Amino acid sequence: MSLSHYIYLATILFSIGAVTVLLRRNAIIVFMGVELMLNATNLAFVTFARVHGTLDGQVIALFVMVVAAAEVVVGLAIIMAIFRARRSASVDSANLMKL
Amino acid sequence: MIPALGAQYLGAQLPGVDLVPATFNYAALSPILVVLGVATVGVLVEAFVPLRSRYAAQVGLTLAGLVAAFLLLVLLAVNHQTATAGLKVLGGAVLGSVIIDGPALFLQGTILVFAILGVLTMAERLGGVGADAFTPMGSATPGSGQEALALRAGSMTSEVFPLTLFAVAGMMLFPSAGDLLTMFISLEVLSLPLYLLTGLARRRRLISQEASLKYFLLGAFSSAFFLFGTALLYGYSGSVYLPDIAAAIPQGGSELNGLLVPGVFLVAVGLLFKVGAVPFHSWIPDVYQGAPTPVTGFMAAATKLAAFGAILRVVYVGIESARWQWSPAIAVVAILTMVVGAVLSVTQTDVKRLLAYSSIAHAGFILVGVLAFDRTGVSGVMFYLVSYGLTTIAAFAIVGLVRADGAEATHLSQWAGLGRRHPWTAGTFAFLLLAFAGIPLTSGFTAKFAVFEPALRSGATGTIMVVVGLLASAVTVFVYVRIIVLMYFTDSQNDAVAVVTPSVMTTIAITFGAAMTLVLGVWPTELLQLSASASQFLR
Repeated sequence: MSLSHYIYLATILFSIGAVTVLLRRNAIIVFMGVELMLNATNLAFVTFARVHGTLDGQVIALFVMVVAAAEVVVGLAIIMAIFRARRSASVDSANLMKL
Repeated sequence: MIPALGAQYLGAQLPGVDLVPATFNYAALSPILVVLGVATVGVLVEAFVPLRSRYAAQVGLTLAGLVAAFLLLVLLAVNHQTATAGLKVLGGAVLGSVIIDGPALFLQGTILVFAILGVLTMAERLGGVGADAFTPMGSATPGSGQEALALRAGSMTSEVFPLTLFAVAGMMLFPSAGDLLTMFISLEVLSLPLYLLTGLARRRRLISQEASLKYFLLGAFSSAFFLFGTALLYGYSGSVYLPDIAAAIPQGGSELNGLLVPGVFLVAVGLLFKVGAVPFHSWIPDVYQGAPTPVTGFMAAATKLAAFGAILRVVYVGIESARWQWSPAIAVVAILTMVVGAVLSVTQTDVKRLLAYSSIAHAGFILVGVLAFDRTGVSGVMFYLVSYGLTTIAAFAIVGLVRADGAEATHLSQWAGLGRRHPWTAGTFAFLLLAFAGIPLTSGFTAKFAVFEPALRSGATGTIMVVVGLLASAVTVFVYVRIIVLMYFTDSQNDAVAVVTPSVMTTIAITFGAAMTLVLGVWPTELLQLSASASQFLR
């Protein structure tokens, strides 16, 4: 199995995450899509680190995990506030503002 | 086949690791460190200072920290120290995680000025206990008994000030990031506090929370694209340092060559989202409308500046030599941004939304300057960012003062006849609108000239973009003049709308913004020279 397979897998996971963000209506699931994209990126980083024989990519993956955790904290707080106010976490019901 | 990892690495030194300790030039980093330190102290103030003295403590601390950081930055700039942190010099190229060079100093100083003005407007109390724009309790459901209790108990969300400082630190780091990882981290550090600040408006909290959710989801989405682009560029060049990427481009020929263009475009998605360029602009109107008005002004000015600083660095230090492969697409984005921003601003009926679409159009104008690919382009873009930001903060501060029954009167029809009843406020707002339109004797004119002139010299694409830019400006002139006509030549049906008298802090912010809009229109030479002498990137 060559290393390029890992890159293809990362790309596929990233695409699945992006499609999740675009198609799903529940804010939590949308957010999970974003997390999947970040983790797919981690896979790509680690694979490229292996390709180039450097450690930078692995270190970057750790940084990304920390950032993702911070993003979860902020994101869930916002989604919770919305859910309490509207009794719904659907991104479609958040539509007070229109073009 | 991947060899078993253990066999290769057993007993051997890890590849590519030479443990050279990083050098830190703490003097060059001191402005950022001061802002971060004061923000941390602000968190402690939130925990330990009693409620009745918390507002004064937070505002005083925040302003003192920002002014101190600005003075340090001026000291640094006067001594012309261009320095880097986490420096390593390999084969002549300067690789640093944080690069404090001319553009970085210029942009950081501007961000600090914007932050001071922004905090002055955010701290406006209008006679209340806490800052007027922010809810007394962020976690309380809008309209609930809990919120009423919090209001009666005199609580306030004074944590907005440390949050602002964290965002400011991220913004200062963003245009000085010398590698894509640092850029990603600073992108998140500046974004996460802004997501929260967006959702904390005192009035119309449902809209505010909705704006916060949209901003957060779309922002996280776009930063994931930025990160995947970073991964591809890392795969392409074996490094996330911008000079390394630049050095890898002319070599070419490797089997990973195909990663360059997708990587560049994905990184561009993340950056263009932050400035609100057109396919990625959908969050701007909602967030600008929903966020507390002082936050909108600060965000519009400072985020745009930081993001364009990062774009300049990525373009001019990293990927310029491959520009034939990506610049046509970005030129299309610039043209679309100008056209869509200008045309959609015509149909708006809400002042904040209208200014949001105008900010989209302005992002397009600035992109024209970025695509000029020479030093005058860089200095023109920096000048534009300064003048646009000062005008924007003052304009949103005025929007926050026009009230009906205590809440902001943002619908355009409510602004009818304002010029008769409040000549000073309406006059200042009209002047700022003329600056947005780019009328001579305002900073907007000088700024447009400063970005269009290098673009004109850069070739046919530049000329096309400038022509589109001028047409788009003409459309926006119509929009702004319509508001001026509305304020001065339309009878008002609504006497409830009045301009509240602000404290001295907001007055300072508005006066400074409007005065600089005039000064940069009439005597722009000093700042143009400063931005020109600060326009050389260290690479």
